[in-house]
Amino acid sequence: MTDASTTPPKPASQLRDIWQQFRTHKGALFGLITLSILVLAVLIGPYLWIPDDLTVAQEMKIKNQGPSLRFPLGTDQLGRDMLSRVLLAGRVSLAVGFVAMVIAIVFGTFIGIVAGYFRRMEGPLMRLTDMFLALPLIPLLLVMVMLFRDKVAAIIGPELGAFLLIVFAIGITSWMATARIVRGEVLTLKEREYVLAARSIGARPNRIILRHILPNVVSPVMVAATLGVADAIITESVLSFLGLGFPPDFPTWGRLLNDGLQYMQIYPERIIWPGLAISLTVLSVNYIGDGLRDALDPRIRGR
Amino acid sequence: MLDANPAPLVQVEDLKMHFPIYTGLFRKHTGDVKAVDGVSFQIMAGQTLGLVGESGCGKSTVGRAMLRLYEPTAGRVVIDGEDVAKLSPEALRKKRPSMQMVFQDPQACLNPRMTLEEIVSEPLDEHTDWSRDKKLERVYELMDQVGLNRRFVNRFPHEFSGGQRQRIGIARALALKPQFIVCDEPIAALDVSIQAQVVNLLEDLQAKLGLTYLFISHDLSMVRHLAQRVAVMYLGRIAELSPSKDLYARPLHPYAEALLSAVNEPDPELAARRNRIILKGDVPSPANPPKGCNFCTRCPKVMDICRSVKPDLVEVEPGRQVACHLYGIQSATGSTGGTEAIERKQQGVNQ
Repeated sequence: MTDASTTPPKPASQLRDIWQQFRTHKGALFGLITLSILVLAVLIGPYLWIPDDLTVAQEMKIKNQGPSLRFPLGTDQLGRDMLSRVLLAGRVSLAVGFVAMVIAIVFGTFIGIVAGYFRRMEGPLMRLTDMFLALPLIPLLLVMVMLFRDKVAAIIGPELGAFLLIVFAIGITSWMATARIVRGEVLTLKEREYVLAARSIGARPNRIILRHILPNVVSPVMVAATLGVADAIITESVLSFLGLGFPPDFPTWGRLLNDGLQYMQIYPERIIWPGLAISLTVLSVNYIGDGLRDALDPRIRGR
Repeated sequence: MLDANPAPLVQVEDLKMHFPIYTGLFRKHTGDVKAVDGVSFQIMAGQTLGLVGESGCGKSTVGRAMLRLYEPTAGRVVIDGEDVAKLSPEALRKKRPSMQMVFQDPQACLNPRMTLEEIVSEPLDEHTDWSRDKKLERVYELMDQVGLNRRFVNRFPHEFSGGQRQRIGIARALALKPQFIVCDEPIAALDVSIQAQVVNLLEDLQAKLGLTYLFISHDLSMVRHLAQRVAVMYLGRIAELSPSKDLYARPLHPYAEALLSAVNEPDPELAARRNRIILKGDVPSPANPPKGCNFCTRCPKVMDICRSVKPDLVEVEPGRQVACHLYGIQSATGSTGGTEAIERKQQGVNQ
């Protein structure tokens, strides 16, 4: 860089810098690897690990077995292979967790930014948020699922229908925390001098929001997002437990947890496996979020 | 003042900026903070007007209201023939390139997540449809103008020193080739050694590009150095508006006198003989200013009339405008402290 005065550097893309910084965060790297393994296992696993096709009588003989070579994670109270069930369950749980989180974050951030930036919208939008916060969530979810399950199922099939309904129901009831955090952040950001400077340049509100406000609310949103994944997975299990989620034979991590709950005293491994899977997901997402937040902040990136 | 020979580039008439106060359960409008309460001045093209006053007197508000970063309550701000205070949003956007601002805190006025290139080219993104290369060319040109090494183009604000950051702020303000720049205490947050650099840069740019400045500051010696004319503000109103040489040699308004007596004198002999005027009491709240002259609660030369009638800003000597009842009846000549005291007595008798 000594002859820079003759050939000044071109503005470089920041993507490489972000990756460089992300790599230095050990926890984030570990989380990324763990999550990748989980996702791969869940996507490919069910094709590789195909349990034997047993009759009901055969299954009854092998129920409640501990880990063995034939059943690496044991069998459940109906003699089904736990490994294949945990793998299958992961597909739904991860999908529900991430999609519901994305819905909640996008919606919450949108509401938060509009409420924070446009003073006229603040009252109505924040009262709407308060209203949603005040609603008892479980009854609301129950009513939503009861009312719409059959109608949605009639249009796009029972499984996809249940998935969409649950994801939507969870997303629409968990955006409030994000909206509040974002609104608070936007209220302080919009008084910063660089926003004033952008206004004095003549930038339109949408440009100011995209360029100056949104990048600076990334940190709190990232935290809310990582916590949101865990919340969504758990909420889905609550719904399934109440019989309003997926059909009973359709495994999800939350349902496996609930199934195993009755046998916890005798066969604790029955809840350990899905519990471990949920914990690993949440933990790795959390660390990834942490690393990403640091990597996206140029002030931290330099160090 | 339309018949003045060289038409002023910037003309502010009776600018008022009141911030409403809402109180109680029903958010009733119970009063206004009169941050700026009827300010008028003009600036000739290529000149600098200094705007001085203590903290909270409304200096920055004047600057921001002029560029319509706040919606002024009343008044006209004519910049190059157009009344900025009444432009429609789209017309205002078109007008923005001709008037820019340099901010006080160079740390706060740069988005920490944008590189220098993004910051300086932001005005170009908004107002031009140039290609990326052309914008980059202009960014380099601006960096040369304000004395930043071209190597810094990919750096983030936190990687610069305070002085360099202020240069970035100036480069951004210059990007659209403005005629008029409001410098809102551009040197207040900088070290003394850096202050001189930035001020010299501003002067050089003015000479090169023919810029017109409104230089807001509380650093009286810097204003003396930079400005041809100086306005002294107190509690939202202009107390005195004079050519800088005259003001510093012989301030007319008692507040200007007190303010200037606070400037440090480098010569110890003169400093020893200096008569420092220390004002008593606090600045009244701008939400509830005194009925008469805003300065009447602290003025060492207060008269009865001051408590009931607000003095207007009138021309008492060629080129010098003062808002004070001391000069209301006849223009004083050679008003040093002593003669003024006698005058005050006489006027007091007259009342």
